Amino acid sequence: MEAAAASSWRADLATIAALMARAKNELIRVPGAAIPGVLAPTIFFLGLNGVFGALTQLRGFETGSYESFIVPVSMLQGAGFTGAAAGVNLARDYEAGWVDRLLVSPAPRWVLLSGNVLAASVRALVPATFVLSIGFAIGVQWPGLDGLLICYLMVVATAAVAACWGSMLALHFKSQSAAPLMQAGMMGLILLTPAYAPLALLQPWLESVANVNPLTNVLEAARQGFVGSVSWAETWPGLVALAGLLVVLGGLALREMRRTNV
Amino acid sequence: MSDFAATARVVRALGARSIRQTFRRPQLISPIVVFPTLLLAIQTGGAGAGIELPGFPPVQSFLQFMLAGSMMQSMMLAGNSGGIAFAVDIEMGFTDRLFAAPIPRFAIVLGRLAGTAALGLFASIWFLAIGLIFGADIEGGVPGALLAMALITASALAVGGIGAAIALQTGSASVVQGLFPLVLVVLFLSSAFFPQALMVEPARTIAEYNPFSFIVEGVREPIIAGIDLTQTLEAVAAIAGIIALGLVLSARALKHRLRVG
Repeated sequence: MEAAAASSWRADLATIAALMARAKNELIRVPGAAIPGVLAPTIFFLGLNGVFGALTQLRGFETGSYESFIVPVSMLQGAGFTGAAAGVNLARDYEAGWVDRLLVSPAPRWVLLSGNVLAASVRALVPATFVLSIGFAIGVQWPGLDGLLICYLMVVATAAVAACWGSMLALHFKSQSAAPLMQAGMMGLILLTPAYAPLALLQPWLESVANVNPLTNVLEAARQGFVGSVSWAETWPGLVALAGLLVVLGGLALREMRRTNV
Repeated sequence: MSDFAATARVVRALGARSIRQTFRRPQLISPIVVFPTLLLAIQTGGAGAGIELPGFPPVQSFLQFMLAGSMMQSMMLAGNSGGIAFAVDIEMGFTDRLFAAPIPRFAIVLGRLAGTAALGLFASIWFLAIGLIFGADIEGGVPGALLAMALITASALAVGGIGAAIALQTGSASVVQGLFPLVLVVLFLSSAFFPQALMVEPARTIAEYNPFSFIVEGVREPIIAGIDLTQTLEAVAAIAGIIALGLVLSARALKHRLRVG
C-alpha cells in the first residue's frame, strides 16, 4: 500500500516536472515570447523613476532613492505579468486542444495546475533579475542578502498567485480573449498598494484600498531591504498574505479545472 | 454618384467596421479604455501628493493635471490597436479583397484611420467625463474641452497613420503588437504624466524635445488654465509633423504591399 502511494507521488512529481520542462522549452524555443514580460516591467521601472523621481523630495518619503523604492514594484509587476501569461498560455492550450489531452490523462487535476503555476514561478525569476540588474546599474541600494532573498521569495510566490488567477480565468472563459482581464487584475492588485509613494502620502481613497489589499504586505516585505533594514515584523505579514492568496485563488483555479470537461 | 461621394462612402463604411471591430474584441478595446483608466486612478492616488512639490504648475488637483496624459495614452494605444487590427486584416486576406475591389487604394488606409480617429475622439470624451465626474474643472470651459477633443482626435489620426504604415509594411499583427512597449517609452519620455521641469535626467531633456510633449501640453493647457494660442499652435505643428510622417510611410508601405501582395 505504502509502495503504491510512494509510486503515485513519484508519478505526480514527474508530471509536474514534465509540465515545467515544457514551459522551459517554450522559453528556449521562442525567446521572443518572453520579451514583453521582461520589457514591460523594465520600461515601467525606468519610466516611473524618470517621471516620479522628484517625489522623494516630499516630507514623509522614507528614502532619497526613488529607484530603490520602485524596483520591488517592478519586480512584482514582472511576476504578475509572467503569472498572467501562464493563464493566457493555458487558454491558448485549451483552444488548441492540448488541455483536453491532459485532462484525459491519469494525472490528477491539482498536478496539472501545479505544473502550470510552478513553471510561472520559475519564469518570474527572469524579469525580476533583469529589472534588478538594471536597477543596480542605475544606483539601486544593495538590500542585503536577507533582503534580496525575501524579495525573490515574494516575487516567485506572487507569480504563483498570478498564475492561479490567470488559470482560473482561462479555465472559466476558455478563451484567450480573457487575457486583458488576467493582466488588468494583477496590475490593479500590485499597483493599488503604496507602489508610487509611502502609505501616508497616498490619496485617502488609495490609502484605504492599500490598507486592505493583501499585496501591500507583500510589497512592504519585498521592499524593506531596499529602503532600510530587514525585520521579521515586516516579513511575516507578506508571507501570510501570499499564503492566503494562494489558498483562495489556488482553490478557485482547482475548482475550475475540476469543472472543465473534455 | 461622384467619385468623391463614392470614396467618402467607402471610408465611412471601413471606419465604422474598424470601430465595431474594436468594441467587439476585448483585446483591442481594453488597452484603449481599461488600462489608461486604471493607470489614471493609480497614478492620481499614488503620486497625487506631487502637486505640493515646488515648481509644480498651479492646478486644481493631480487628476486635472493627469487627464491630458491619460487621453494621450489612450489615443496612442488606439493607434496601436488600429495597426494590429489592420495587420490582422492583411493576414486574413481581407485587405487583398479590398485591393481587388474598384475603390481607390488610399481609401482603404483612410477608412482605417477614420476609425482610429473616432476612437481617439471617444477616448477624449471618456476621460473628460471621468474628470468631470470626479470633480476636475475644465478651466477653458466648453471651447477648451472641444479644443482638447479636437487635438486628441487629430493625434489619433496621426499615430494611426504610423501604425497603419507598419501594418502594411510588415503584414504581421505580432510585429505591430510588439510596438506596445514603445508607446509606453514614448509616453514616459514626455511630459504626459508629470511636469517636465520636475522629471529626472535624462528623461527631462528627452521630454523637452519629444513632439508628444508639445501635443500633451496643448491638450493640458485648456484643462488646467485655459486656451493658450502658443501652446495650441505648437501642438498643431507637432501633430502636422506626425501626420506628414505617417502619410509618407503609409504611401511607401502601400506600394510595398501592392508589390508583394
